[in-house]
Amino acid sequence: MIVVGRACLIIALAAALYGIGASLYGARARRQAWIDSGRRAMYAVFGIVAVAFALLESAFLRSDFSFDVVASHSSTTTPDFYKVTAIWSSQEGSLLLWILLLAGFSSLALRLSHNRLREVTPYAQAVLLGFAAFFAVLLLGFANPFQPRSPVPAEGTGLNPLLRHPMMAIHPVMLYSGYTLAAVPFAFAIGALAARRLGADWIAAIRRFSLAAWLCLGVGILLGARWSYVELGWGGYWGWDPVENASLMPWLTGTAFLHSIMIQEKRGMLKVWNVSLVLATGTLAVLGTFLVRSGVLDSIHAFVGEGNGIAWMFTGLIAVMVAGSIALVYSRRGSLRSEHRLDSLWSREAVFLLNNLVLVALCFVVFWGTFFPLISEAITGTKASVGPPWFSRYTVPLAIVLVLLAGIGPVIAWRRATTANLRRNFAVPVGAGLVALVALLLLTDAARKPLALAMFCFAAFVLAAVGQELVRGARARRAMTRESPPSAVVSLVRRNRRRYGGYLVHAGIAVLFVGVAASSAFQHARDFRLSPGQTARIGGYAITYVKPTAKLASEKVSLGAVLRVRQGGHDVGTLRPTRGYYPTLAPDKGPVAGIFDGQATSEVGLRAGLRRDLWTAIEPDIGPLQRFISEADRRFGNAGPDVQGVVVAALAQRYVQHPPPATFRIIDSPLVTWIWIGSFIAFGGGLLALWPAPAVARRRATAAARAGAAREPARA
Amino acid sequence: MDLVAFLVVVALLGAAVWIISAPLRREPEGAAPTDPAPAADVQQLEAARDAKYREIRDAEMDLRTGKLSREDHRAMDATLRAEAMEILRDLDEARAQAEVQDSGQSTS
Repeated sequence: MIVVGRACLIIALAAALYGIGASLYGARARRQAWIDSGRRAMYAVFGIVAVAFALLESAFLRSDFSFDVVASHSSTTTPDFYKVTAIWSSQEGSLLLWILLLAGFSSLALRLSHNRLREVTPYAQAVLLGFAAFFAVLLLGFANPFQPRSPVPAEGTGLNPLLRHPMMAIHPVMLYSGYTLAAVPFAFAIGALAARRLGADWIAAIRRFSLAAWLCLGVGILLGARWSYVELGWGGYWGWDPVENASLMPWLTGTAFLHSIMIQEKRGMLKVWNVSLVLATGTLAVLGTFLVRSGVLDSIHAFVGEGNGIAWMFTGLIAVMVAGSIALVYSRRGSLRSEHRLDSLWSREAVFLLNNLVLVALCFVVFWGTFFPLISEAITGTKASVGPPWFSRYTVPLAIVLVLLAGIGPVIAWRRATTANLRRNFAVPVGAGLVALVALLLLTDAARKPLALAMFCFAAFVLAAVGQELVRGARARRAMTRESPPSAVVSLVRRNRRRYGGYLVHAGIAVLFVGVAASSAFQHARDFRLSPGQTARIGGYAITYVKPTAKLASEKVSLGAVLRVRQGGHDVGTLRPTRGYYPTLAPDKGPVAGIFDGQATSEVGLRAGLRRDLWTAIEPDIGPLQRFISEADRRFGNAGPDVQGVVVAALAQRYVQHPPPATFRIIDSPLVTWIWIGSFIAFGGGLLALWPAPAVARRRATAAARAGAAREPARA
Repeated sequence: MDLVAFLVVVALLGAAVWIISAPLRREPEGAAPTDPAPAADVQQLEAARDAKYREIRDAEMDLRTGKLSREDHRAMDATLRAEAMEILRDLDEARAQAEVQDSGQSTS
């Protein structure tokens, strides 16, 4: 099947190259049959790559170690669920997933748009097929998943223990979906520029794909944050790791674009800005992929030791994307002139513009901090990096302004806001912000963290603004239809999904930032070294190390602790943090030392609540066991696995019976849960905005269009 | 390469070629080039019209929810409807041109 897999990649590359030629020839010669043939080449690429992907998945599930990638990323003892996900733990498999998703989303986009945008689509499909060809070349030349392993080993290396988490099934897939979906608007922007068709139609055609890319990237980022929080053992959800940053950058520019396209749709303004944002988002998505693949920056996520070939290939692609984008935008600047000018600085357009500038500034800060090691090395010869405090210094004030704008945007009028309507629309939200300020100053110690305090007040402002919009909208609907209040809210939202989906996103983001501000500013974190029976005190909690635990599973040994948590003299719960040790196949280690000195992961003990999270991780001291481990390897190193299993069980038992002091990291964080709740609200809003309008509304809009009546657009 | 693998590869290649070449096989001999520009003009104007309708609807919503005063809305609505009428006039012209081109192609 290795041969079939390779043949699939070659056929996919050939189809992509043919498709590029057919699409461009069809566009130049105005031959629709060739354009259609080019589009079908994308369908063929999708089908063929899907076959290749299925072959590789089947090899993982069968533990077919004749595939090099299976031998180095799976084992017979890897649970089936993780065998399925192991495919994208490898460089080769994740690139195959990339091209599969790209071809799938591209096929969908081309299928939906082929009867519209007839001038734009041929160029867009050539760009998308170009991406597909690029990744096919990468797979064939630099990271072939169909590389045979000879001789075939009896056992594989196994999956990296850090990746044995249910989140592995969805977090990478969502991120890759976001990256590949971002390629679709990029391609259509290039198509629109090439065809000089820069009106409202191409924007309308790609809006859903931009929103889907934003949604998938956002969900991927948040799932990664959650994974980091519960699995990595450092207690945080965001570490400004280069690969995390790489996914954040296109999300920020994508967010800016989703706001500014409204200005182009409504006013025909900001065309250069919009097309630049789409192109930047697409390029940053490829840059994100490059950072993971190349290992040029140190990251816990990067695929290391993959050589320079992939890095050079990506550098070339990014250079072509940047240079081509700039050249196209410059050469089409005449067609990109705004149809209108900003009527007033007190308008929604102006607020959106400011919001765009803040988002792009945030993106620039993240870009600069992420690439600072490379920049400093190029200038000074020394690789220096910046840490979380540097990022916080710039991103926190920008995030506060962003949240404030998220509240202003929904309530300010388009075109020009008068003093009277500003007063009427801002009274309630400003009042809510002030009430929050007074309450926080009187009832909490939030005053000692002014930036967090500002964030809480602005979040109250946003929530009140969104609530006011919903109440007023429902009231207006009730006045027309006499529906009950709940029905009026539901009908209102159903008929205005873009508007209220967007408002919901704003509310979710405000809630999310409340969680981020509170947990960052008011967190208590300390390391304690405790023996059984000893107690640590933090944030009003008394945490007693009751007893050690040890557990043997098929693939790991877990050493942990039972912790009793008391607050105000009452038992409030039990935490059970553990550290799992997975065997390493390093030849210099004996079979027993290979387990205890192998790869280790944390399973944190977490007591999550709406008000605060109590988070614990354990670092058992296995130093006192070392002499027994060495002795076990000396005496039983050549014994069978059953005997070695008994020896490991005996060592674990010894740890329980003679527990040395263990180091515990204990973190008391307020309002962390609101980060996840805010994310749910925000992405629920995104989904609502993405969902197609009800058939009735669409029929009505179409009927109105057919009648050519500008007089009576569909009612709210 | 074993025989089964060879047959699978040939089948996949054949399927790809069959899918990709279908439009070329279906194209009538001597088919003339088609100019997509008039149809694209219509689509562009239709998108502009839909956006303008949405803007009128949003302004109406802003009036009902108190974001715009009656006077502000009246002024804005008049501007928006005038812009919509202009788009509709352009759309009629573009449609007429597209129809001329369609009939030209069908008679050629």
